[in-house]
Amino acid sequence: MYQIVFYVLAGVAIISGILVITRRNPVMSALYLILNFFCLAGLYLTLHAQFIAIIQILVYAGAIMVLFVFVIMLLNLKDERKLMEGFSWKKVLAGGLAFGVLMELIYIIMMQNEVKSIDLNKATEVGTVESVGIALFTKFLFPFEITSLLLIVAIVGAVVLAKKKLE
Amino acid sequence: MVSLESYLIVSAVMFITGVVGVITCRNAIIVFMSIELMLNSVNLSLIAFSAFLGDATGQVFVFFIMTVAAAEAAVGLAIIIALYRRKQTVHLDEINILKW
Repeated sequence: MYQIVFYVLAGVAIISGILVITRRNPVMSALYLILNFFCLAGLYLTLHAQFIAIIQILVYAGAIMVLFVFVIMLLNLKDERKLMEGFSWKKVLAGGLAFGVLMELIYIIMMQNEVKSIDLNKATEVGTVESVGIALFTKFLFPFEITSLLLIVAIVGAVVLAKKKLE
Repeated sequence: MVSLESYLIVSAVMFITGVVGVITCRNAIIVFMSIELMLNSVNLSLIAFSAFLGDATGQVFVFFIMTVAAAEAAVGLAIIIALYRRKQTVHLDEINILKW
């Protein structure tokens, strides 16, 4: 049962990821990216990380992708035909190199020693809001506070950059 | 039970997809989406390790990565809007002011 769910979610995630970078229309890319994020949230659920799965849907699919679609709408790209380009040797070279790196990664992943897998009940305890929150507010309190600083800097930066005129 | 290696391979394939997108796509917005794809694949491998090792630290890291991704998306898209206002394009080959 777990395996079927995993293979379906993983397959859809990979295929939608490939569709993201091959579509010509940025809106289609954004929609496939949203599908990819939902599949990833499902994969997180199979790993018993409930909190992160919900955050994934709320923050990524909900907030960040709305921002993307909004910007695509705002830009009003007239000359999409100019953005597309056909076959080129640069692309083939890039694909070949990326495939080589992928093979190396898979080789490294497969040759590693077996990680002792724990029983699922413990994983269920790890992924809850309670356990993540305890780690976040005790051991990682300082990075958590720095995160708020990062967000305020990002807000100020985005407002300043998107303003009509800098003065 | 699915093994840890399966999750890591899915993560690796998604990461490489993002890399190929960054290298080959000439539309700035799609390049941006590829970066999100790479960040998400790293998140997946962190969650997989966290679940299989029974340690919540990985999930805290994913939380931070999501914060950074949100900040990066906001600032990056603002840059794209400013660039479009100046050059009327998001084609990366035409944005070559820093190239000599």
